[in-house]
Amino acid sequence: MRSPEHVELVRNDPDLPPVAVIDRRPMTTGKKLIFAAIGVVAAVAWALVAFVRGESVNGAYFVVAAVGTYVVAYRFYARLIEYKVVRPRDDRATPGEEHENGQDYAPTDRRVLFGHHFAAIAGAGPLVGPVLAAQMGYLPGTIWIIIGAVLAGCVQDYLVLWLSTRRRGRSLGQMIRDEMGSIGGAAGLIGVFVIMIIILAVLALVVVNALAESPWGVFSVGMTIPIALFMGVYLRYIRPGRVSEVSIIGVVLLVLAIVAGGWVADTPWGAETFTLEPVTVAWLIVGYGFLASVLPVWLLLAPRDYLSTFMKVGTIILLAVGVIVAQPAVQAPAISSFAIEGNGPAFAGSLFPFLFITIACGALSGFHALISSGTTPKLVEKESQLRLIGYGGMLTESFVAIMALVTAISIDQHLYFTLNAPATLTGGEPGSAADYVNGLGLAGPPVTGQEIQAAADSVGEESIVSRTGGAPTLAFGMAQILGSFLGGSAMTAFWYHFAIMFEALFILTTVDAGTRVARFMLSDTLGNLGGPLKKFRDPSWRVGAWICSIVVCGLWGAILLMGVTDPLGGINTLFPLFGIANQLLAAMALALVTVVVVKKGYLKWAWIPAVPLLWDLAVTMTASYQKIFSPEPSLGYWAQHNAFREARAAGETSFGTAADPAAMDAVIRNTFLQGTLSIVFAVLVLVVALVALWVCVKAIRAGGLPTTEEPDAKSATFAPSGLISSDAEKEVAAQWTAYYEENPDKLRTGTHA
Amino acid sequence: MSSLRRGWRALTWYVTGVLGESDYQRYVAHLRRVHPDAAVPTVREFWRDRYAAQDANPGARCC
Repeated sequence: MRSPEHVELVRNDPDLPPVAVIDRRPMTTGKKLIFAAIGVVAAVAWALVAFVRGESVNGAYFVVAAVGTYVVAYRFYARLIEYKVVRPRDDRATPGEEHENGQDYAPTDRRVLFGHHFAAIAGAGPLVGPVLAAQMGYLPGTIWIIIGAVLAGCVQDYLVLWLSTRRRGRSLGQMIRDEMGSIGGAAGLIGVFVIMIIILAVLALVVVNALAESPWGVFSVGMTIPIALFMGVYLRYIRPGRVSEVSIIGVVLLVLAIVAGGWVADTPWGAETFTLEPVTVAWLIVGYGFLASVLPVWLLLAPRDYLSTFMKVGTIILLAVGVIVAQPAVQAPAISSFAIEGNGPAFAGSLFPFLFITIACGALSGFHALISSGTTPKLVEKESQLRLIGYGGMLTESFVAIMALVTAISIDQHLYFTLNAPATLTGGEPGSAADYVNGLGLAGPPVTGQEIQAAADSVGEESIVSRTGGAPTLAFGMAQILGSFLGGSAMTAFWYHFAIMFEALFILTTVDAGTRVARFMLSDTLGNLGGPLKKFRDPSWRVGAWICSIVVCGLWGAILLMGVTDPLGGINTLFPLFGIANQLLAAMALALVTVVVVKKGYLKWAWIPAVPLLWDLAVTMTASYQKIFSPEPSLGYWAQHNAFREARAAGETSFGTAADPAAMDAVIRNTFLQGTLSIVFAVLVLVVALVALWVCVKAIRAGGLPTTEEPDAKSATFAPSGLISSDAEKEVAAQWTAYYEENPDKLRTGTHA
Repeated sequence: MSSLRRGWRALTWYVTGVLGESDYQRYVAHLRRVHPDAAVPTVREFWRDRYAAQDANPGARCC
């Protein structure tokens, strides 16, 4: 065969075609020119985003700057990581090939697996975080979402995926224990559990804020449950296995539910039945989480997951098209005064560290480390595909975050703060909210109460005042963007509720799956304690499942209710805790990666995971420090706690935003819990970081240490690495096709180019 | 027309792959190749076992 210079074909078995193509051909001049052109276009877009002032900045520049940066980073930085750290060897069998059982271990086409992996990592986080971060202006958020993803988030996802793939798909907690010993492992395990609980609570709070007092939203989101049940029964008894068929039926029903929500909310009966207090919505969500945790997967969880996947991909494409077609003008300033003074209404704290805490998932998400270890590694065909799936998957998520940011910054600034300031500041009425936001010194003409009410009417809501949590803001922005070219003002209310629906769908999918996972973690841990608790290890023991579900739902439900009833306005006190928790999980994952890289003796390249790790530790530790020790009550949990305690002790009956003694007691309780959680998180991560440092020092002294990587197994199959097959890969794939034609009994799935 | 059909086939291949609908065919192909004597489950049986496995071993979804 033709074997050009610099292309090496690796064979494991002389009777089989090659199993790997090692392509060291330099880039062709044409490709160099293309990448140079992409780089120049991205640089121009960056310059427009960063330096154009006065005239409104076009939202499409952000998309161009982002995509251009992603292309260059994927081609060059991810390649560097691949060459120097990952060093993929395609002659080695992946867990999917070695342990293939046709079910959880099954080599899967890289493009399908990319979709699979992306659907698992993408959620509401990258949509909500950037929306809140928009209070600091568009520039800091844009820079962190793009640069943070390239240098931190994608690196974490890629390298954790690599570690797990070389360890038979072991989980993050297990790998921490294997590589860093039992103390680090225990801290990691507890950390993952506590973080999971807080993430579930805050995400549920976002849904509560989106659905409370919104009969349209409650009806259409509530309808997803009977729709999912119908889909579950259909798949089990009527047409088993017809997943895409039932998903399409489900999506059609979902759209009908959104339309019907508008009619129902218009009737006096519907408005009365479905207008719910925040506390009621919170209890309903806790109950839902419990049911989803104890009901069989086929009935509720699996069909919801199909719906969620469909809606996720569809809506993200819709939003991308919307931003590119509508090219909304940016209303936010480049950097707002809140970024510098740290007194923003959506969340307190200055740019460093709280911007990074708030954006969280769009740039670096610790939660991805849980997804990247476990499922995906068991499905991958070749180690060289990890770059596409791990690094590329996170780039896509960052792109989603950029679009959420563009949506938020294209909303009128006065309306943005009307939506995002807590009711204690806006007074909860259009008139008082107008007074409040007009006093903030925002750009653009002042707003009147009538205009605020008109904005609420345009999206079919009672009110848009203090609808915190990010989801209503994103929905409002999306409705404006999509309404501007799809259906006009008549459709704006539909698009608003469409957006609310898909956000709620994402979050409830995370809540039900997360509750289940946490329940299993709890029962495993209890079971491992031994003695009479051993019974908890048996997953089919229903009583144990019920007890653990009640405990898990109780834990996150308590935090959720605390946030819903918080006199200080739940989101702005709890969202930082969510961000810190997520970023701390990322610190644990990056610490693990750094330890393994040092152990393997790649000291020279240890900066690749170590730089994001140190940055992340600096961010999270500063944020934790401020949340614990800041004397400023709006920032420090304990300062707030003590201020309220002293006021209570002095016999005052109202203090700050708390109107009566009960509210004051609630603040004292909430801040105590939040302050304690901040300390617990910080201590757990410090333990993991110190253990990591200790192991690294040991490894450097010893000149490298053995890792728990699985021994090599020889691959007997071939698959291309990148999204598009190269000519050399196509040729090898053709050899395999010919080989399988001669030996049809050897045919494997997933070996096509 | 044929390119349209090819495009449609590629789309269904992709969607059924991502949603997991084609897992049954994958499993059957695996059984035929590696365990030719094993009994091949029906679609209904396969999906029952699949969901039972998910019941016992849940996967996380991201935030």
